[in-house]
Amino acid sequence: AVPVSVVFTPGSVPADLPRQLPYRDVREEPVPVGCKTPTGRRCPRSLPELLWVAPGFLARWQSQPRSRPSPPRLPQGTNVYVGKHRSALVRAGQGLAALRARLQQLTRVMSFTASSIAAALADRVPDGQLGPDARRHLKSSLGYEITFSLLNPDPKSHDVDWDIEGAVNRYVQPVLDKLSVVANFSVDSQILYYAVLGVTPRFDKESSSFLLSAHSLPHVINPVEARLGSSAASLYPVLNFLLYVPERSHSPLYIQDKDGAPVPTNAFHSPRWGGIMIYNIEAPASPQASLPLHVDVDMVRVMEVFLAQLRLLFGISREELPPEFQVESPGNEGLADWELDRLLWAHTVENIATVATTLTSLAQLLDQISNIVIKDDVASEVYRAVASVQDAMAELAEGRLRSAFQASKEAVTSSERAFFDPSLLHLLYFPDDQKFAIYIPLFLPMAVPILLSLAKILREARQRKKEPTKMD
Amino acid sequence: MAAGPLLLLLLLLLGAAGPGAAAAAAAGPGPGLGPGAALREELLLRPLPAGDVAAAFQFRTRWDADLRRGAVSHYRLFPKALGQLVAAQGVRELHLALTQGFWRTRSWGQPPLGAPAGAELWVWFQDTVPDVDKAWKELSNILSGIFCASLNFIDSTNTVTPTASFKPLGLANGTDHRLLRYAVLPREVVCTENLTPWKKLLPCGSKAGLAVLLKAERLFHSSYHSQAVHIRPICRDASCLAVSWELRQTLTVVFDSFTSGQGKKDWSLFKMFSRTLTDACPLASESKVYVDISPKNEEKEFLEVTPTPTSVHEAVVQGDKRTYAVYDLLSPSLFNSSRSLNVQLKWKRPQDSQELSTPVLHAQRYVSGYGLQTGEISTLVHNTHPYRAFPVVLLETVPWYLRLYVHTLTVITKGKENKPSYIHYQPAQDRKRPHLLEMLIQLPANSVTKITIQFERALLKWTEYTPDPNHGFYVSPSVLSALVPSVVAMKDVDVEESPLFASLFPSSDGSSYFVRLYTEPLLVNLPTPDFSMPYNVICLTCTVVAVCYGSFYNLLTRTFHVEEPSRGGLAKRLANIIQNLERVCNLQSLPVMRRAGVKNEGH
Repeated sequence: AVPVSVVFTPGSVPADLPRQLPYRDVREEPVPVGCKTPTGRRCPRSLPELLWVAPGFLARWQSQPRSRPSPPRLPQGTNVYVGKHRSALVRAGQGLAALRARLQQLTRVMSFTASSIAAALADRVPDGQLGPDARRHLKSSLGYEITFSLLNPDPKSHDVDWDIEGAVNRYVQPVLDKLSVVANFSVDSQILYYAVLGVTPRFDKESSSFLLSAHSLPHVINPVEARLGSSAASLYPVLNFLLYVPERSHSPLYIQDKDGAPVPTNAFHSPRWGGIMIYNIEAPASPQASLPLHVDVDMVRVMEVFLAQLRLLFGISREELPPEFQVESPGNEGLADWELDRLLWAHTVENIATVATTLTSLAQLLDQISNIVIKDDVASEVYRAVASVQDAMAELAEGRLRSAFQASKEAVTSSERAFFDPSLLHLLYFPDDQKFAIYIPLFLPMAVPILLSLAKILREARQRKKEPTKMD
Repeated sequence: MAAGPLLLLLLLLLGAAGPGAAAAAAAGPGPGLGPGAALREELLLRPLPAGDVAAAFQFRTRWDADLRRGAVSHYRLFPKALGQLVAAQGVRELHLALTQGFWRTRSWGQPPLGAPAGAELWVWFQDTVPDVDKAWKELSNILSGIFCASLNFIDSTNTVTPTASFKPLGLANGTDHRLLRYAVLPREVVCTENLTPWKKLLPCGSKAGLAVLLKAERLFHSSYHSQAVHIRPICRDASCLAVSWELRQTLTVVFDSFTSGQGKKDWSLFKMFSRTLTDACPLASESKVYVDISPKNEEKEFLEVTPTPTSVHEAVVQGDKRTYAVYDLLSPSLFNSSRSLNVQLKWKRPQDSQELSTPVLHAQRYVSGYGLQTGEISTLVHNTHPYRAFPVVLLETVPWYLRLYVHTLTVITKGKENKPSYIHYQPAQDRKRPHLLEMLIQLPANSVTKITIQFERALLKWTEYTPDPNHGFYVSPSVLSALVPSVVAMKDVDVEESPLFASLFPSSDGSSYFVRLYTEPLLVNLPTPDFSMPYNVICLTCTVVAVCYGSFYNLLTRTFHVEEPSRGGLAKRLANIIQNLERVCNLQSLPVMRRAGVKNEGH
């Protein structure tokens, strides 16, 4: 449940308030999530419970303490103003029912909704219930690597340089510092030469430019990815942000969306992978300008796009807001406190779901191969995972997000360690049918005379039964 | 007396790093590569005796940044994968070579860059690395992923820590050999899948510059192919107050142009690589092709190179005075007349090739003995220098399943025993570590030294055999490191100015040069069991048990009747015998027997 304190400024208390202030009011809003995974696995039992508790809100209504100064008045046209921490100003006015509805809307924006639950559990709910964007978010992990790559396919004519160190320190690092509660981040960058997109762009005579249509974008990434190289130092998922400077013979290059209009940012993102931005270089004024042309990349323009993509990939993009809402800019950190809360919450739920699935698969494995040996350390990891999950759920119900997230992280680590323990390698264990196959050359020849004599005994018994009647 | 030459040699080997480290005068950085990064590329073409041609590529990326842990995360020319690896694992120096084929030192001369057949990896770690063995394991696994090679098979059974043979080639404060790890996988087969990741590390890939020539189908259609990666720290400038990092990617290939060229020794770039050069890599600050046109016995006019070289470079390389025709791909005049550069070499007169000038130091190795119990490893080291003796460090790594008898170690020169002045021997532990034998041997002038040691073959557990045990087991080549006295006096050269092929092992002084040679890998047969035996045993036992059981069961369940002796004719007796046989053999004969019994009762 989401605890919400509603504080009334003097004179704004609705007239039809039923009770004396302060009082508590609980509202539940269950979200059913169909519990059948695409793989047909049993759904972990913990999930539905969790989802029953989660949404809805718990409001504590109280009046404004006298000592506080009166808050600024809301501008005309906005009824709700969302701050960058965990507060919002709501215009009261037309009675309690309207206020309740608005509060409900507000909790949906600032806290979580059915769709954010679905996104967090994207891998575990059937496809039909998901919107197209639900699988966009990165999976929860203990850490992420962010790699910025500058692709220069034509170093002969373009000599591109970027001040990536400065840009990372100025724009990316504040966001990552804020996000460091969620995971560890490492940032690096590289410049790749002669790395080309896998698609030849189409020349458009009208605008005398080259166009990449939306449907060809999926083919762009593969040839580039071969050059990116994987990280040698860690096993965390990698987020790639590519800045592509098109060849001289293919510039300017624009991305076309499905309707044929050029995309204003000239960038696109690939779910769970990263983003690509195309950076066109203006042709030199005089054709005699000596090659290569030296270019310094305008990092503000680039980082704006990459940060927006980063938010998208982490699922902290703003959902479409009702028109009367206004949101305070989070400033340099790029992330409001309530957005971070949402992210923490989503990751905690995802972690818990992951642990549940991992442990369920482990249990299934044990069911299949009954003589598998569970060592003490594996068992203790399982116990620890279960205890941590219970911790996490308790903390989550209490609304202590950080400790819940911490516990869920521990649960994931221990459950993975238990599941991937080398002693559980199922190839080490023979299934029963294989044992049977080994012994069949021995048992089959031995069984033949036994079966035959059994048949004979039966036949004789039957004849003996018949014979006396014949004799008589 | 024993310690004297050893100390001298160690000092010399250390000194060898000096001039290399004192790399002065940064070459002007390439266009827009940010601060202090430079790329040089170079191809050395050298006609070998007997009509082969050796082509040695070198790509050198120099980066004025400190790659140590966590210091850098923004890569420009230097490949990110290797940079992260160096930073994460605390590597001070890394040398990886993947080789297919064997460099025949005796007939081809000293290799430009020696490498043993298979995979070789040796790494110096930083002294801040807490657990060198763990870092070594992780490093070899990551490299195995980067280069698609089976380097993950490097474990404690083939890793050694030599004490004298491998000294850091770059900047080094101390040489505590506990930070060194060395391993060779002689079984490794090198092919296209190793070349592609190697090419991907080049800033220009294989799209421009000299790397255009690296076409896999030609490179592996050759007598010898060796590709290597060397990473080492070097001095940033003459004062050596800051460290730069150097990545050298080298590739050596030997083409047999004599047999493929219809008996002529003429060759051209197009004939060898089926490509020609069209431009330099735009990121490179230097891009040159060197062709060795050193005259033999003053018969200069025998060979002819086309097109006319940009310049001619004379240098003393590996103790020989050599002349090189130089093509500078960055000079605009080169591509003026034609769009592409196809270096050709023609011999004006058919050359008689009987005079093979043997190199000063070369070696061979073989295994002898008969039977599957014992054997002997012999190494022959030749010093063909007419009047100078010099010491050589010999490193032998023998796997644990060949149990060396150290008391049988003999070193014989010219019929007399030659006592090594330094011996470092680390015995093997079964399934844990290999034998390591290092010796410092003085080679007298114009002599052959024979080193023999006997061994016993161990029995392996049946799971320890390779999938093809009858092929034999490889023993990694022995390594010879020596400072060979030079015939011609050498000048002290500036590393940044001199060609790359001369600057990985720089000479310490004018009178000698450093050589590292690898002998042949050995193939030793071990006693192999009959692997189908368990299966045979199961089959045989099951059959015997089943047959016994069948007859016992028959005996137990059959009812016996007294049969009167039949006095019938031959036909009747035969029929009886057949019936009896049927009873015994046929398990399904019970009903028949019963019928026969009934018949007999009727008699």
